[in-house]
Amino acid sequence: MDYQQVVFPYRRGTDQDAAKPVHHAVVVVGAGPVGLSLAIDLAQQQVPVLLLDNDDRLSTGSRAICFAKRTLEIFDRLGVDAGLVDKGVSWNTGRVFLRDEPIYSFDLQPETTHERPAFINIQQYYVEGYLVERALALPLVELRWKHDVVGVEPRDDGVTLVVRTPDGDYAIDAGHVVACDGARSAVRALIGQEAKGRTFKDRFLIADVRFKGSVDFPAERWFWFDPPFHPGYSVLLHKQPDDVWRIDFQLGWDADPDRERQPENILPRVRALLAHSAMKDAEFELVWASVYTFSCERMARFRHGRVLFAGDAAHRVSPFGARGANSGVQDAENLAWKLAAVLQGRAGDTLLDSYGIEREAAADENIGHSTRATDFITPKSEISRLFRDATLQLARDHAFARALVNSGRLSTASTLHASPLNTPDVDAFAGAMVPGAPALDAPLRCDGRDGWLLRHLGDGAFAALVFDGEHAADAVLALRQAAEGLAPLQVLLVASADGVRLPGTRTLVDAAGLIRRRYDGAAGTSYLLRPDQHVCARWRRVSPDAARSALRRAMAVQ
Amino acid sequence: MPLNTAPNFEAADTFYAALIDAHHDLSAEQSHQLNAKLVLMLANHVGDNATLNEALAAARASVLHGGGTKE
Repeated sequence: MDYQQVVFPYRRGTDQDAAKPVHHAVVVVGAGPVGLSLAIDLAQQQVPVLLLDNDDRLSTGSRAICFAKRTLEIFDRLGVDAGLVDKGVSWNTGRVFLRDEPIYSFDLQPETTHERPAFINIQQYYVEGYLVERALALPLVELRWKHDVVGVEPRDDGVTLVVRTPDGDYAIDAGHVVACDGARSAVRALIGQEAKGRTFKDRFLIADVRFKGSVDFPAERWFWFDPPFHPGYSVLLHKQPDDVWRIDFQLGWDADPDRERQPENILPRVRALLAHSAMKDAEFELVWASVYTFSCERMARFRHGRVLFAGDAAHRVSPFGARGANSGVQDAENLAWKLAAVLQGRAGDTLLDSYGIEREAAADENIGHSTRATDFITPKSEISRLFRDATLQLARDHAFARALVNSGRLSTASTLHASPLNTPDVDAFAGAMVPGAPALDAPLRCDGRDGWLLRHLGDGAFAALVFDGEHAADAVLALRQAAEGLAPLQVLLVASADGVRLPGTRTLVDAAGLIRRRYDGAAGTSYLLRPDQHVCARWRRVSPDAARSALRRAMAVQ
Repeated sequence: MPLNTAPNFEAADTFYAALIDAHHDLSAEQSHQLNAKLVLMLANHVGDNATLNEALAAARASVLHGGGTKE
């Protein structure tokens, strides 16, 4: 399928001829990376979902190109074809230059024993294409193209949507609506809400260029401050599939956007960059260009009764750090299991409040990173520029200053530190797997086959990791007893060698000892993980009461 | 580690002279750069965030209120 050309046909449905609005339990508005991820996740958890999109094409232009490890792990859980990751350009290293000297580099994944890399670069339309193909394979997802939401009337017990199509308007009676309709969210405007924050006084040019023939250049993120080919400003370079390169030129606030988006003004900028590189004689063509400004902003609340907001509709960041689409996909995964648990009667309605609490905090974290990076890249006062330049100059010779150089802190999954769903630790643990943390991957063997830990967690169910040894059998019994009648729970026994079996568990062989190390797992230690693979409780020796109370807390069951 | 505002210089007069001397022959712009780099170096040396925040607040208060908060 050519993802840039494909047109999805508008279809007239029976809802449009119904005498009164037809009921749908969940309506997701917007079939971008966030809406599609949410729809797939809900369907995998047996929730029928109607997905509406006002267009009939995938993303125009490459747009979001950096997809983070956590997003790829979520896509794995969603059953997205692994061809997506193979198609992408995997990278782990970022390099920062001052003028033409490298001053600093960072490795986003110093450990190699994870299934997915820190990032892949791939055009947004590929991501949407792979997600659409996955969604179309799920009978519980109904995708309607050219169905544009033009009216939203929230009630206590549902939401009436008015949908505009080429055949005219019709109404839908939705149980819950999730707006994933982007930075200019129509749903947000229709319920009288807005996103507030800062718009930055700077302009940037994105140019995607395709080289003819192969180009010998490492798959890394390169960022220049004040390069000789674009003096006084910054430039960011990323490699994409299909021999395409993304070049992001800072232009300054006074640049004329209409002038800057003309190819005759873009090409000399690209040639100037190439003249300073090993690719100086390379032939290229301009594939896509865009001139943009950006804002860091969010809605005050992501939940408004039965209308919820995710992705850019709820929050926006600058592109530095790749925190837009990546945080949106995390929103979707956070919401999916909660909505499923509420609709299927396992959890109380307040579980949906925790979506807002957790993802508003994550948005603040992302906006904080994004704002600090932007203040470094675009100093907004003379003194701010003085310190920025001083930092860059010091960074050439002094390691300490490199820590201050900020060309974007790249997206990692948010740890939900203050979540009401977490059970605070009562025992001492080392390492990163605190309550609220997204589970770390590690290699393992299961039923004689090599695999990865994260592939065994989720599927809409809570999971428990129990480390084999003394007390492990008691922990398994306590956890199984706690989950009875409350929530589906999959108990996984982490053993260091083959042949260990306990009733009601599946054995994961941790031959390399990496699960043990990453989770600080001693004999009898157990972890409780939510369906979205976040840790919500852990114990050295768990009792049935403690496990049940943690599970109830994680489900917001009174 | 609270910010130490009690006298702590090994040789106060010598340091002061060296500070002024470091700016010798520099333009105002270069002096600003020197000061910025000095702040960054010393801040890294201190490292502790609470101490740095205390120093930032005390310096800002001294600018806003003329004479400083402590005599």
